[in-house]
Amino acid sequence: MSETDIGVWGVLIAVLGGAIRVGTPFLFVSLGECLTEKSGRVNLGLEGNLVMGAMSAYAISYYTGSPWLGVLGAGCSGLILGLIHGLLCQNPKVNHIAVGIALMIFGTGLAFFLGKPFIQPTAPHLPAVSLGFWSDSPVLRAALEINALFFVGLALVPAIYFMLKNTKWGLMIRVVGESADAARALGYRIQLIRLLTTMAGGFLAAIGGAYLSLYYPGSWNEGLSSGQGLMAVALVIFARWNPIYCLYASLLFGAAAALGPALQAVGISWGYYLFNAAPYFLTLMIMIMTSSAKQNLAGMPGEFTR
Amino acid sequence: MHSSGISTGEAVLDAFNITKKFGELTALDGVTIRLKPGSIHALLGENGAGKSTLVKCIMGYYNPDEGQILVDGKEQSINQPKDAAALGIGMVYQHFTVINNMTVLENIVLARPALPSFIDWKKEAEVVSKKMQTMPFQFELDKQVSSLSAGEKQKLEIIKQLMLNIRVLILDEPTSVLTPNEADEILQEVKKLSQNNGLAVLIITHKFREVMGFADTVTVLRKGAFVGSQTVAETNPEILSEMMMGEGLDLPPLERDATQVNSNQAKLSLKNLSILDNDGLIAVDDLSLQIYPGEIVGIAGVSGNGQSELTAGLGGQRALKNGVIEVDGQTFSPVRRDLQKHRYFVLPEEPLKNACVGNMSVADNMALRNFDLAPNSWFNSFLNFSAIKRESKKLITAFNVKTPGPDEVISNLSGGNVQRAVLARELSQQVNVLVIANPCFGLDFKAVSDIRNLIMEARNEGAAVLLISEDLDEVLQLSDRFYVMSKGKVVLESKPNDVDLTEIGKAMAGHMEAAA
Repeated sequence: MSETDIGVWGVLIAVLGGAIRVGTPFLFVSLGECLTEKSGRVNLGLEGNLVMGAMSAYAISYYTGSPWLGVLGAGCSGLILGLIHGLLCQNPKVNHIAVGIALMIFGTGLAFFLGKPFIQPTAPHLPAVSLGFWSDSPVLRAALEINALFFVGLALVPAIYFMLKNTKWGLMIRVVGESADAARALGYRIQLIRLLTTMAGGFLAAIGGAYLSLYYPGSWNEGLSSGQGLMAVALVIFARWNPIYCLYASLLFGAAAALGPALQAVGISWGYYLFNAAPYFLTLMIMIMTSSAKQNLAGMPGEFTR
Repeated sequence: MHSSGISTGEAVLDAFNITKKFGELTALDGVTIRLKPGSIHALLGENGAGKSTLVKCIMGYYNPDEGQILVDGKEQSINQPKDAAALGIGMVYQHFTVINNMTVLENIVLARPALPSFIDWKKEAEVVSKKMQTMPFQFELDKQVSSLSAGEKQKLEIIKQLMLNIRVLILDEPTSVLTPNEADEILQEVKKLSQNNGLAVLIITHKFREVMGFADTVTVLRKGAFVGSQTVAETNPEILSEMMMGEGLDLPPLERDATQVNSNQAKLSLKNLSILDNDGLIAVDDLSLQIYPGEIVGIAGVSGNGQSELTAGLGGQRALKNGVIEVDGQTFSPVRRDLQKHRYFVLPEEPLKNACVGNMSVADNMALRNFDLAPNSWFNSFLNFSAIKRESKKLITAFNVKTPGPDEVISNLSGGNVQRAVLARELSQQVNVLVIANPCFGLDFKAVSDIRNLIMEARNEGAAVLLISEDLDEVLQLSDRFYVMSKGKVVLESKPNDVDLTEIGKAMAGHMEAAA
């Protein structure tokens, strides 16, 4: 094997590992947003949930010594932010986009305020599963070190898909998202359903945040999130409101984000910052390619087109 | 004890002495109707007569202020649509409540009041298709609803209700988006159902033809009050229209000047227009037609065959994919400069949404065409508000717009008055070309008559008028000649005098190739 062979393989494996490592928070946030949007409401505040979740998880893990309690605590913080969003949006003439932006700023601000004491200490991390035990290549082993939360996310994908397609609650969520008129005729409680999906979405997004502070990058600081919460909203559009596509899209975004570090690891250092911008560039390209002034997107919940 | 003194007979549903007030306004004033099994009852009235309010009280959307609803002679309190469904009352709404992004099967299943927690779609498909065999309309269960025609969607709405084993079926303007043939077919089947299964049917309508052809009894409402109830056998359209409109309503007849088409030069000429819809599919397909001065050309058709895209394209609200618009032989593009130069005016459907700024005043809305011209502005740059107000006052008087004043926010006006205000704006100057879509949709007799007269006046003064309407009667009444539009093409040209309704129905339903 020549030097370059190892280099190419190394980059590929590092990108694959990175896709999973960096893509996991995208997966949680996009699944959450997908669930919320299926009911006909957009929660732009998930960036706030993500940062707040990261802070809560880190703090709780630090105090209790249990990262899993941290994850649960993060989820609860997301539930509360989702509850605020849902309750505010129940008032007539309240714009869900504006509420989302307000809560994004509120969530990040609150997390920074409450999180000051946790920047220095070290909290216990979430465990990872080593799938690279069979190999003696350290690159491969590092790449196949996969966090337990990813498997949780992986299990959630078919679960949410099944829930939306084959259960009463999924059908109700879709009806509310497709046509509020129809939902009203069926006697569904539209506001309640949207409140619950917003809370569930907030829960998942905050778990994405817990992953950031408790595994990768694995510490709490104010620059922890690089806009994953907002990018995930674009990602849901790209994924056509389908949880299974959310998984693929998250991995794609993760791979894009892992490109820069992977290239640097094999000694290609030029354009490091350029490659680091890949996910943002990808977001922009996706928005341009999927948007049209003239036509609706396939798969878009009907309530967004009126 | 409330029902003492009311003889319920064999009625399945009685709405007795229902009164509903919204603030000062009495929308419904002591109205009583009675539905019997095996018969079709028509509820007739103008828009705003209280038909929908009555039905919404029955369905539990509104709580009546007075009166009782009795089912099988027993008083029931119906507080939400679910309660009505539990009593076996089903309703098909005027606007479709089927969900486009779901399959036929999903739509049928979700209408069920109690869904199982986990849905086994295979099993549901078997159950539904077995039950559907006993029903008048058949569907492929895994078909996406968005691919169904308007008529099929209406049938699906009815099937959805029938699957629930209802005893009372309420249909709110069930034929408003259907071709005459489709309407007849559906009403025929409903009548059969009612006779064979003992279903009680209430049809809300304003079409005499449907009342006379399919109903057994009819109740007429006017301005929220009960006018009368009769068996259809002992009434006729003249009696009904008098009951509906009241006496003393003297509407001026349409005055059509003798045809004066003496120009070889078409005023408005559409050449090979193609326009896409919101899903990127062809909505208007290579459409060409000419309109000469002093002529109204109608476009009839079932909604959703490209009419709204055509209107939007001609009004500059939607890009043309292909083709050319010509006015007086010159290429025209619907931008402000050309609109003013060619005196080209448009009245789109739902003008409050498509041609007004809802939160701005009547005066501002009336000035939208010419706020940048004298006298509404100085040097075509600075707005002269007193002039704008003065001009709008003139228009308000001339066009009989009922508004508290020029400063009133336009969205507070009634539908007919918004329509009058927009028409005032569009017709205030000499009109060369006029494009109008569904100008009378949802308006009362007086407003309809006023607006049709205004359109006719514009024609008599030499304008070329394109009238795009889903109301076939309107097209027949106003047009000098007309086309039928189907699937984005004009498929039939005819004149109101020599119309063949079967041919038109066939063309509207899309059973006709493009006329050579």
